[in-house]
Amino acid sequence: MYDQFWFAVFPYVCLIIAIVGSAWRYANDRFSYSSLSSQFLESRQLFWGSVAWHYGLLGVLAVHFVGFLIPESILWWNTVPMRLYLMETTGFILALLTLMGLIMLIVRRMSKSRIRAVTSPMDMVLLTVLLVQVATGVWTAIFYRWGSSWYAAFAVPYLWSVLQFKPDVSLVNHLPTVVHIHILNAFLMVLLIPFTRLVHFLVVPIPYAWRPHQVVRWNRREDSPGPLEVEKT
Amino acid sequence: MDVRAQISMMFHLDKCIGCHTCSVACKNIWTDREGTEYMWWNNVETKPGTGYPTKWEDQEKYKGGWQPKGKTIKLKVADKASTFANIFHQPHLPTIDDYYEPWTYKYSDLFDAKAGDDQPTARPVSLITGKNIDINAGPNWDDDLSGSSVYAKNDPNLTEDEKQALFEIERLTMFYLPRICNHCLNPACVASCPSGALYKRGDDGIVLLDQNTCRAWRFCISGCPYKKTYYNWKTGKSEKCILCFPRLETGQAPACFHSCVGRIRYLGVLLYDADKIEATASAPENELVELQREMILDPHDPEVIAGAEKSGVHFSMVEAAQKSPVYKFVKKWKLALPLHPEFRTLPMLFYIPPLLPVLGRMEDGVYNVDSDEYFTSLDKARLPMRYMASLFTAGNEEQVRLVLEKLLTVRTYKRAEEVGDMDSDKLKAMFEKTGLTPELCEEIYRLTSLPTFEDRFVIPPMHREYVAELTMDDPYTFKAEIGFGGFKGRIERGT
Ligand code: SF4
Ligand code: SF4
Repeated sequence: MYDQFWFAVFPYVCLIIAIVGSAWRYANDRFSYSSLSSQFLESRQLFWGSVAWHYGLLGVLAVHFVGFLIPESILWWNTVPMRLYLMETTGFILALLTLMGLIMLIVRRMSKSRIRAVTSPMDMVLLTVLLVQVATGVWTAIFYRWGSSWYAAFAVPYLWSVLQFKPDVSLVNHLPTVVHIHILNAFLMVLLIPFTRLVHFLVVPIPYAWRPHQVVRWNRREDSPGPLEVEKT
Repeated sequence: MDVRAQISMMFHLDKCIGCHTCSVACKNIWTDREGTEYMWWNNVETKPGTGYPTKWEDQEKYKGGWQPKGKTIKLKVADKASTFANIFHQPHLPTIDDYYEPWTYKYSDLFDAKAGDDQPTARPVSLITGKNIDINAGPNWDDDLSGSSVYAKNDPNLTEDEKQALFEIERLTMFYLPRICNHCLNPACVASCPSGALYKRGDDGIVLLDQNTCRAWRFCISGCPYKKTYYNWKTGKSEKCILCFPRLETGQAPACFHSCVGRIRYLGVLLYDADKIEATASAPENELVELQREMILDPHDPEVIAGAEKSGVHFSMVEAAQKSPVYKFVKKWKLALPLHPEFRTLPMLFYIPPLLPVLGRMEDGVYNVDSDEYFTSLDKARLPMRYMASLFTAGNEEQVRLVLEKLLTVRTYKRAEEVGDMDSDKLKAMFEKTGLTPELCEEIYRLTSLPTFEDRFVIPPMHREYVAELTMDDPYTFKAEIGFGGFKGRIERGT
């Protein structure tokens, strides 16, 4: 019962709330979609925290994503010990970078009075959830070998089963508690998207890559870009 | 030819008295909210001086505007690839300390203090943290401190030698430089915004920042070389001067224009050729001023009028352009110059540089002013011509000199007329040199010294009625809302 609820029901609750909530917020409260950067109030500590955190996180997520798409290749890669070590070390370093960045961000947020002035309760909730997520990830990497193979062998099929609306609890219910926390907390993170500043990752400005530099909006004629289209890198 | 209309501005610096009424008028309307206390969409700085934010002209520090790259130009702050790479921490972003930490005073202390031997004082407290602070910077911290070795001396426009020379007692001088957003033709703020939140209104050229699209990636703050986009630390959105478009749309001049005590401000439409934007912005530095002037089209030219019609510029805009005082100062009389054209944003706020008092010298206890040689006296001006050129013509001294010579000619002409003690040969020589005529001098004099409200502000009809018709099927559906389909939802910081 317990497993059924947490691994077969809870994920859907999170996903549905996240999708509906984000869409609702975008439609009705678009003003609040912002990364809410506080760099203007404090820049130096943010550099060390934010850069380490975001790049570490992007790396970690990319590795998770590749494993999610092609789990067999991960298992195949891991059959040779050297390659396995390489994989585990890369993951570990990225996780450590993420953890360090996150801790720096938390310390900054709590110690700088200017930053405290722009901190909402939800920010603290989010930071806690993120810290749990990264800490359990690092924990898994250190104490349960080998995380990458496990992930590919059990967690990925489970995630696919969730996505295909046939959640298979048996794939994960025997995993250690720390891994359980890692999985459930991930869904909690998804749940939090519409209620926190996490929404900013939904509006990453990718179109800037091909947009002409100048933007002109017309009342009386079709919108058209300005003539300056230099440097379309 | 792609004819477009631009609401443009002209400030006559000789008339500015540095009263800051404009700044206060703006602040009272637009920036008295939490998060905007430190913003001065309109500010007035003392020159020579460091300005607001401190040393904003130093683009080695702030990385604003464009720089040449091959035959074209690129943003100084970041190209597109590095925008994405640096989005987690924008390496050139100024912080609040480059402006100042906004504060108020704890007035309650005056009432609540215990009885004692000393007068109670109201301590300054930060408007961000609420904590006690020591004030060591403000919105106009170096106001009138032209002789100061701490402030004026750090003006990025001065060379080392000039810094020394400027502090000779006879040379001490200053003028005021009121600044608002220039509503540029090639705005670096727009170009640097990854979200596309900033845009130029095609119909009137006003540059705005869409609050619903801004995501606080904060590149516009650095992108604008004039530091006229500001970050609202409370809402997590950037904001900027909107040229009081709600006022313009109802036929009123922007608040800073309307309230200007010195009546230094002029506003009117300029027609320009948008096809020339890229080439002009990429031109060699000493041609920038002239080429920008060439982009501006003659609103009486039938070809231009036909072009305007073709590109959808409403005829009332053309009519307004024909009456525009800015057109006269900028194009017809060539008296007004853009501020720092070398930033290459093609600013559409023009300035008439100040004709500061001529430099005199103490000789044998008598203060001598060499008034005979009017033109050569320009070389002995209190502020070197090079300084003016570095502000208004990207270093082209000839261009500033010509403007100042014209201003001198108008004065000499009026003096000859009113007082009659001017040598007529000299006046003739001045006319020849500057290309002015008595009629032109009279015209310039009238628009400079005696303009009415209607002369200074020629506001075109903005035709909101068309917009209402075009953008909605039935305007009455929005009857109970704020404006026509106005701002939807809350305007509050997200969580
Ligand atoms: S002055 Fe700055 S904010 Fe205004 S349009 Fe130009 S670049 Fe943009
Ligand atoms: S109100 Fe006019 S005169 Fe006074 S400071 Fe502003 S621009 Fe200058």
